[in-house]
Amino acid sequence: MITATHYLLLSLILFSLGVIGVMMRRNFITVLMSLELIFNAVNLNLVAFSYRLGDLAGQILAIFVITIAAAEAAIGLGLIIALVRLKDTVALDEASEMRS
Amino acid sequence: MEFLVSNFEAILFYLVAALTVAAGVGVIALKNPVHSALSLLSTFLMVAVLFVVRHAEFLAAVQVLVYAGGIMVLFLFVIMLVNVKGVRPEAAFLTRWAPLAIAGGVLIGVLLALLVLLGVLATGSADASALQSVDGQLAGNTEAVGLTLYTTYLVPFEIVSVVLLVAMIAAIIFGRRDVALERPDGEARP
Repeated sequence: MITATHYLLLSLILFSLGVIGVMMRRNFITVLMSLELIFNAVNLNLVAFSYRLGDLAGQILAIFVITIAAAEAAIGLGLIIALVRLKDTVALDEASEMRS
Repeated sequence: MEFLVSNFEAILFYLVAALTVAAGVGVIALKNPVHSALSLLSTFLMVAVLFVVRHAEFLAAVQVLVYAGGIMVLFLFVIMLVNVKGVRPEAAFLTRWAPLAIAGGVLIGVLLALLVLLGVLATGSADASALQSVDGQLAGNTEAVGLTLYTTYLVPFEIVSVVLLVAMIAAIIFGRRDVALERPDGEARP
């Protein structure tokens, strides 16, 4: 019997992988991909609870999360293009203009 | 055979979960961004399978169309564009703080696991019929989601469309060539 707990454990593994990716990688593109991993973990949680509680609200919220993730990806990739134009690199720590 | 049939749900879940985690590790551990992107694509598809198992059929279709179809193309497009400009994305791999980051991520995972395993929320049986019925009549999941989205959640739906409009304008402005982005050393923009 697969319960919501199984889904929660899988989702927290995905979430932790995403957090590690965001903190560990220097490449802006891969950091954005790790963010998508976090979004997917959240969606998995929402769908698991939607099934557990027999309530559609979780699935609706997951649709909104997907929408916001699409907006975030568009803006993030626009930022990558701007960074490459400015610095010829995708390494995040090259963008250090605001460091005194 | 008997075992396979009676434990089909568990076998499917563990198989797909293992593939999801493996692909997720691939996303953050592979050096080449194209490989990471393909690994992310398989994560999306595996999560879509899990959505189907949990009676979120419409969401699984949206996951494949929007994530695997739209966002992945966007990522690959940007990776290719960056490669054309002579940047080697795989040259930028890890920060200096990578061991600390892994330790922090594992710590967050362990704390969340404690939270999940100590909780009593997630036990009990499931009632899936509400996810597929409209006014008590059995209908498709898509119909139920559509009706809920356009009645109960109409205002958030309209607001999120404004968010998308703002994101589109922002992406266009970031992508413009003539915005006031000056190189610090004063050389000409490419």
